[in-house]
Amino acid sequence: MSLETAVSEPSNMRELEIVLREARRRRRKEELIERFFFLNGLTAILVLGGIFALLFIKAYPAFKELGIFQFFTGAVWNPTSYSTPRYGILSLIVSSLMVTLGALVIAVPLGIGCAAFISEMASKRLKEILKPAIEILAAIPSVVIGFLGIVLVNPIISKLFGVSHGLNALNGSILLAIMALPTIVSLSEDALRAVPRTYKEASLALGANRWQTLVWVSIPSALSGIIASIMLGMGRAIGETMTVLMATGNAPGLTFNFLEAIQTMTATIAIELGEVPYNTTHYYTLFVIGLVLFIMTFVVNLISDLILQKYQEVER
Amino acid sequence: MSKKFTERLGFALLAASAGLVLLFLGMILFDIFSKGISVISWKFLSQPPHQGMTEGGIFPAILGTFLVSIITVVFAVPLGMFAAIYLHEYARPGRTTRTIRLAIRNLSGVPSIVYGLFGVVLFVQMMHLGTSILSAGLTLGLLTLPWTITACEEALKTVPKAYREGALALGATKWYAIRTNVLPYAIPGMLTGVILGLARAAGETAPILFTGAAFFLPHLPKSIFDQFMALPYHLYILSTQHHAIDKVRPIAYGTALVLVALILLLSFSAIWLRYRYRQRLKG
Repeated sequence: MSLETAVSEPSNMRELEIVLREARRRRRKEELIERFFFLNGLTAILVLGGIFALLFIKAYPAFKELGIFQFFTGAVWNPTSYSTPRYGILSLIVSSLMVTLGALVIAVPLGIGCAAFISEMASKRLKEILKPAIEILAAIPSVVIGFLGIVLVNPIISKLFGVSHGLNALNGSILLAIMALPTIVSLSEDALRAVPRTYKEASLALGANRWQTLVWVSIPSALSGIIASIMLGMGRAIGETMTVLMATGNAPGLTFNFLEAIQTMTATIAIELGEVPYNTTHYYTLFVIGLVLFIMTFVVNLISDLILQKYQEVER
Repeated sequence: MSKKFTERLGFALLAASAGLVLLFLGMILFDIFSKGISVISWKFLSQPPHQGMTEGGIFPAILGTFLVSIITVVFAVPLGMFAAIYLHEYARPGRTTRTIRLAIRNLSGVPSIVYGLFGVVLFVQMMHLGTSILSAGLTLGLLTLPWTITACEEALKTVPKAYREGALALGATKWYAIRTNVLPYAIPGMLTGVILGLARAAGETAPILFTGAAFFLPHLPKSIFDQFMALPYHLYILSTQHHAIDKVRPIAYGTALVLVALILLLSFSAIWLRYRYRQRLKG
């Protein structure tokens, strides 16, 4: 019974009512379905908010007991000392930033170079090898990279620099660079590919050669995308756990020497959370580290997000 | 002349950096395959470790990784798929939608160890699930959620708008149109994304460190509330925590090879599926 036939016979009011009721029922069902999907859509906000909230709740007792000041000014991390446990996370933050910086020094030129090669030089065939290769590199688990840091990079560093063992900040930087490379290469390549052809053609027509066009036209036009890719790679490097846990030696202490063993924030959590009893001061301080880590990566990701958003607006 | 030289040098450097990236990958794969292959045998894959893990196989670790992956998929896939359907089919542009998208992008940047912390508090402590397959699977499920949503939405984007409009024009309700004219075409694409996410989750170690992975277990897990051994965690232990690290190095290589092979297998099957699916859409 369709709505139309019911309306065409106005005498039959009962049938019209049935049809209308059916239509209302359907609309209610559709609304319920939409609400169901909406609730599922909200989970992302819920999880992100939940992570922040729980980290904060678990870090709060440590703030209350020790004061915020002590964490960020103290360079000594020795939470298991019987007489005076020390909870300074400055050295851990410095270590994390150090390996991240080291990784970027290696990965940024290499990544941009590789991206430029793919977008500007590589033949179609070569592209079909390089792009999946980079996807495969991204798929290799961090624990495997860390393992290779121990068995492969470690002896090379110790021989090359004459140090007793090669588990140090340099080793971590090299491994993190390898882990950040796929992000930097693929996003930079996207950015370079999005540069309008007319820009390049105009530059070539004015007598610039291909290198000059790349350096003075293509890369500057793609700069925001490239910077965003670097920020994302940086976020990955700061938050990476297994590689640095396995390859940097894990000796908490303030140092700026890349040939010394260090201990990052992520490694500290990974080592100590399994050993401390739940809900002790030491346990809570690990959540302080987690909170700092969360905020740092959040800010880095947000900045890259803003850059990308702006860049997409300009492009369109 | 010098301009020409700079161009040559520059392009040589670009080629060198691409070559270096390929070399890294080649070295990683070659080292693991060449040193791991000699350990691989049916016994290695089917037996538990013996003699303090210095002999025997890695079967419990393979099984553990498999079981956790099932929990991850069962938890994350429906959630991610429904969220993607909302975002692509129902959401109207506005503040809420923008916030959801921002949250998804930021979630994918949250460090895996932070997911581990979250999993300990939420699943192990607050929900009393203990250190178990379930807790670890749920934690990994949360980790994969942003990837799953993004992948499912990408799959929905590939379905032409006309498919929806055709159904709507014939009087179908919105949900009916989605169910019959959109999802059947999007599901292979979603599957690809799900497999790729699963491949990444299977190799993650940090989120399962405190939510259920065990150093060594004499028995196989009996239920999802038991602890488990996992391939990536096993590799971590064998390469850093074991009392006779040099002695177990071959087993560590074997474990690494199995893990990498598993992940490559999953990735390749996803890529193959995507290729098949694209051919079908074209034809």
